[in-house]
Amino acid sequence: MVGNKSRNGRISSLIVNIVLILVALACIVPVMLVISISLSSMDAIYETGYTFLPRGFNFKAYEYIFRDMGQILTSYGVSIRVVLIGGFVSVLFTAMIAYPMSKKSFRYKKQVTFIVFFTMLFNGGLVPSYMLMTNMLQLKNTIWALILPYLISGWNVMMVRTFFQGLPDEIFEAATVDGCGEYRIFFTIVLPMSKPAIATVALLQVLKYWNDWWLGLLYIEQDALVPLQYMLYRLMNNISEMQRQMMEGLGLGAETFPTEPARMAMAVVAAGPMLCVFPFFQKYFAKGMTVGAVKG
Amino acid sequence: MSKVTTTAKKEIRIRHSKYENKRTFVLLSMCLPALILIFIFNYIPMGGLILAFKNYDYSKGIFGSDWVWFDNFKFFFKSQDALRVTVNTIAYNVVFIITSLVGALIIAVFLYEVRSKKLLKTYQTMYFFPYFLSWSVVSFIVFSFMEYDYGILNNILEKLGMEPILWYSEPKCWRFIIPVLNLWKTIGYNTIVFYAGIIGIDPTLYEAAAIDGANKYQIARRIMVPQIGALIVMMALLKVGKIFHSDFGLFYIVPLNAGSLYSATDVIDTYVYRALVTGGDTGMTVAIGFYQSLVGLCLVLLSNWLVKKFSEENAMF
Repeated sequence: MVGNKSRNGRISSLIVNIVLILVALACIVPVMLVISISLSSMDAIYETGYTFLPRGFNFKAYEYIFRDMGQILTSYGVSIRVVLIGGFVSVLFTAMIAYPMSKKSFRYKKQVTFIVFFTMLFNGGLVPSYMLMTNMLQLKNTIWALILPYLISGWNVMMVRTFFQGLPDEIFEAATVDGCGEYRIFFTIVLPMSKPAIATVALLQVLKYWNDWWLGLLYIEQDALVPLQYMLYRLMNNISEMQRQMMEGLGLGAETFPTEPARMAMAVVAAGPMLCVFPFFQKYFAKGMTVGAVKG
Repeated sequence: MSKVTTTAKKEIRIRHSKYENKRTFVLLSMCLPALILIFIFNYIPMGGLILAFKNYDYSKGIFGSDWVWFDNFKFFFKSQDALRVTVNTIAYNVVFIITSLVGALIIAVFLYEVRSKKLLKTYQTMYFFPYFLSWSVVSFIVFSFMEYDYGILNNILEKLGMEPILWYSEPKCWRFIIPVLNLWKTIGYNTIVFYAGIIGIDPTLYEAAAIDGANKYQIARRIMVPQIGALIVMMALLKVGKIFHSDFGLFYIVPLNAGSLYSATDVIDTYVYRALVTGGDTGMTVAIGFYQSLVGLCLVLLSNWLVKKFSEENAMF
């Protein structure tokens, strides 16, 4: 009886572990596949198709890409600029509006909160926004088209506000008695005390800007302003064009150019570096969801 | 005497209200940058919704264009597209909600069985990984599986002695592929939320049940799931509120905007986008967006009302 029970336990824990491992593999292996293709030789691909482990292992595709880095470097530049400016301004403005909203004594607390909150419920949709950006603001083909639309998100504002509400009142009272102005309280007391909330918003915004191809798709036509993810989109849809450009640039014939590995190598070079960074911060991303209570 | 105190009080009150006014002004100035951005990028487009009731003519401008009232809506709802994109949008979202919640719940319950901290962390990191990939990167991964000549899926079919499939022109397959991709991308996120809920449950409940002879399945079914029931309902209703919206990248970028797949991949968002870039009737595209936003709003309000009835503290507002 006892033996039977522990055997059941062992079998069930075996099943649990097998399922967990299979799901983990399903999350990781597809990414490995892309890397494997980028390291395979074109001959091996002709022969056996794509494989999960590289065949005819070589770095040729990367060599070609690094010899003609033009568009990748430009796109890295655009994405980094967008992330830095967008991330910084976004965090600053989000925290600045969240602070008055967190104060019970602020006279327009209700009105401001409603203005922010309503944007979470209703929006004008794609076409009016597009007309605003292109006709009214004339932002097409400017870097601002990649930054401005994402700066303020109602969800982030509400999250930071909720965090601020949890800060102890006594500190503000003491600071006010000492004659500190609101800006001074905000920058020297509130912000330093709110590092977890600020870090969460910063990381959410960095991920959003870094992974964004949507604004590029809508508003960018010039090569000099194409962000990384949108570059990958164009690459996927127009591999022959890229191939032609690279072959011209490097003076290669069609038969020597490793099209398939080069395509995947571009994806690895473009997406890889940040993908190694984000997982270290995953607890903040998970928190973003659970802290996001909007009430109050 | 009393006169003196009243004037003094008045004086104090005036000074106080002056101070309060100044403070209000300062606080408002802190809101200003964000409020200006919200006004421009959220409220002006909402004003643009009047175009839904007009026949937009570029030369006449937004305000000068002629009113056609509900013609744009009529035109859209009479077309066959309206039904197709609406049904697709809702059907996919319903499948997404069920699969992603059930999947994450099972994984979270399983994770609770893992005792080793290190192993637990490794699993969670791996499950979270797809969350960090953009859809344009995912489209490369999907391409590696579905490419006709070299793709993994056709390799396997070939080994099994079956005919290769032109994946990018088989809408039937995509009805299955799209939910799988959605599950794959969101499982880590949802799992962590549920797992956090499960470790918050009082462990004496399990111990009591185990002493009473309950097996693991019974414990999961009768204790874990009901204990985090409110969390599950909240997650589901949050998603129900967005049932009219879909992740554009999943439906447009990943299937490479293949025309032969539209019957399976066309949702409201992709339909509106395509109408926009092909220079479709502006009034009608605005009308579709309006329809989407309005129904979305009703669903959010409805689901919030339901949550409130169910458990007050989990309501969004």
